[in-house]
Amino acid sequence: MEVQLIKIEKRNDVSRSIYFLTPVLAIFLTLFGGGIIFYILGFNPIEALKFFFITPISDLYGLSELLVKATPLCLIAIGLSFCFKSNNWNIGAEGQLIFGGIVGGGVALLFYNHDGFYVLPIIILSGAIGGILFAMIPAILKTYFNTNEILVSLMLVYVAKLLLDYLVVGPWSNPEGFNFPETRQFSESARMPILFGGLRIHAGIFITLITVFLTWLILYKTYLGFQIKVSGLSLKTAKYAGYKGKTMIIIVFMISGACAGLAGVGEITGPIGQLHRNISPDYGFTAIIVAFLGRLNPVGIIFASLIVALTYLGAETAQIFLQVPKYTGQVFQGMILFFLLGSDYLLFFKIKFLGLKKNEL
Amino acid sequence: MSFDLNFIGILIGAIMASSVPLILAASGELITERSGVLNLGVEGMMIIGAISGFALMVVTDNLFFAVIGSMLSGLIISLIFGLLTQSLLTNHVATGLALTIFGIGMSAMIGKNFVGIPGKEFPLLFINLKESIPFLGPIFFGHSIILYFAFGLPFLTNYFLKKTKTGLIIRAVGDSPTSASNQGINVTLVRYSCILYGGAMCGLAGAYLSLIYTPQWIENMTGGRGWIALALVVFATWSPIKVLIGALIFGGITILQLHMQAVGLRIPVQLLSALPYIMTIIVLVVISRDSRKIKLNTPTSLGQIFYKEK
Repeated sequence: MEVQLIKIEKRNDVSRSIYFLTPVLAIFLTLFGGGIIFYILGFNPIEALKFFFITPISDLYGLSELLVKATPLCLIAIGLSFCFKSNNWNIGAEGQLIFGGIVGGGVALLFYNHDGFYVLPIIILSGAIGGILFAMIPAILKTYFNTNEILVSLMLVYVAKLLLDYLVVGPWSNPEGFNFPETRQFSESARMPILFGGLRIHAGIFITLITVFLTWLILYKTYLGFQIKVSGLSLKTAKYAGYKGKTMIIIVFMISGACAGLAGVGEITGPIGQLHRNISPDYGFTAIIVAFLGRLNPVGIIFASLIVALTYLGAETAQIFLQVPKYTGQVFQGMILFFLLGSDYLLFFKIKFLGLKKNEL
Repeated sequence: MSFDLNFIGILIGAIMASSVPLILAASGELITERSGVLNLGVEGMMIIGAISGFALMVVTDNLFFAVIGSMLSGLIISLIFGLLTQSLLTNHVATGLALTIFGIGMSAMIGKNFVGIPGKEFPLLFINLKESIPFLGPIFFGHSIILYFAFGLPFLTNYFLKKTKTGLIIRAVGDSPTSASNQGINVTLVRYSCILYGGAMCGLAGAYLSLIYTPQWIENMTGGRGWIALALVVFATWSPIKVLIGALIFGGITILQLHMQAVGLRIPVQLLSALPYIMTIIVLVVISRDSRKIKLNTPTSLGQIFYKEK
């Protein structure tokens, strides 16, 4: 006779505590999975994980670096949360980041040798506008030509990368730079103020924090936020309620484009200080993971951005101490998302362990 | 510049070769999507296929094992996607993205010790015919067996989907999983199989790159081809024959771009390199404008989660 040990039942309502606990579970499973991978590669898993997740943030400089990396990740993910909440799959934030960087960088070069408090705000604003413009391409194509936004936004990442490459090699390259593929160093007035001497953490973190607060306001206190959430839950309901679907698509893409553009301009005026080929280590893609890990919730995204930023730092440390490629960070990032999505199963289903009853044996 | 007939033949041969990975990956993904599953992990599965094919070639010194192994590893990595989307009912888009990110990272980790090792020569068929027949020779002969397979695959896929019972079942599952399930079809099993098949084909596409097209291992060597393959499936409105045509067009743009660079036209290299991506967007816009046409051909349940109460 077949004995059922486990019974799976559909939950009637989603438990709120499990909703925010599964990301924690996912992180633990990722650590476990990472340990196994390190073991297979011939490392002591505990040592390796220590190098990956503890060594990088065991001093003040490390903590500052963590915030430097979390600043753009959090900002982009916040923008993406508007898109994902309303079922718009903008996965080209990396392109919007680069284009924002290009526009902001162009303005910074224009204001080369200018002093004045107005320089930096103009650069930041133009970066945001650049991001918006670039995000408008998939948004407009989606709304008016019914084109798949996933593919368009993604293809544009490659276009933006090549455009940046063209500019820093060609017309914008540093005239005194011995043909290195980079622009001039921006002047002091075009740089984000550094918060503490000797550390790289810069004023960009305030842009991120303000955006987080505004997002919370918009999502939870305004009618627009309500519309976005309803469209995400059920397009039919949104239509029935008479929400303007097309305007909504444009708005969420504008917000996420602006955030990505701001992140780009924050990088080039912050830690980098010029334009070159690699202004972003795939922050735009990684932010997708941050958005999910943070449950598309502003506060959740802050925590998630810190954790994912740690995978960047960990990969750098592990590269030095364990000689593994820096791509190891992506293995961890991929695993986090796998485990997170997988553990969502617990949200919708109850697993009951029935055990063996004596009379069944 | 002289354009003799033989040169054009060689050019067409090169275009065919560069379209092979796109045909393989897109044909595989087409079957997956026809069953209603949207797997955005094509790029990740391809890069895993590329490194495992190359690594196996170095370790076993046997090209047959390398090719089979690349397909198996593509299949294994797609099993992760299958487990998540089919058994744990996760979102297809997010899971596919995770698969791509994971695949790129994993391939770099595995490939660490294989950077800079030269590849092995892959046997090409009918070399003598290639050289003795002008124009047609370089088009039809002197290719690897994988190229011939790739060019036959769209026709096989077309026949399979339209004329066989299994093909009909796959389409039924993609168009209406609920009715298919009521007919006693195991929807989850069908979808698992289609995902694994897609994974194997993407693995093969990757191996073509690392074993034949540019026989070496370079980090991130698929360079966005997986995403173009995904776009091709939409471009082809889920018809295998159109996948072949689309892949040839994109192969053509790639080769044209390389030749324009070699000839030294006064156009920035980056603009030429951006052409395939810009073309993809333009083509997608043209194809998608007619929303009825897209709706008619799209597998109705594409990307939707299917759950059967037990």
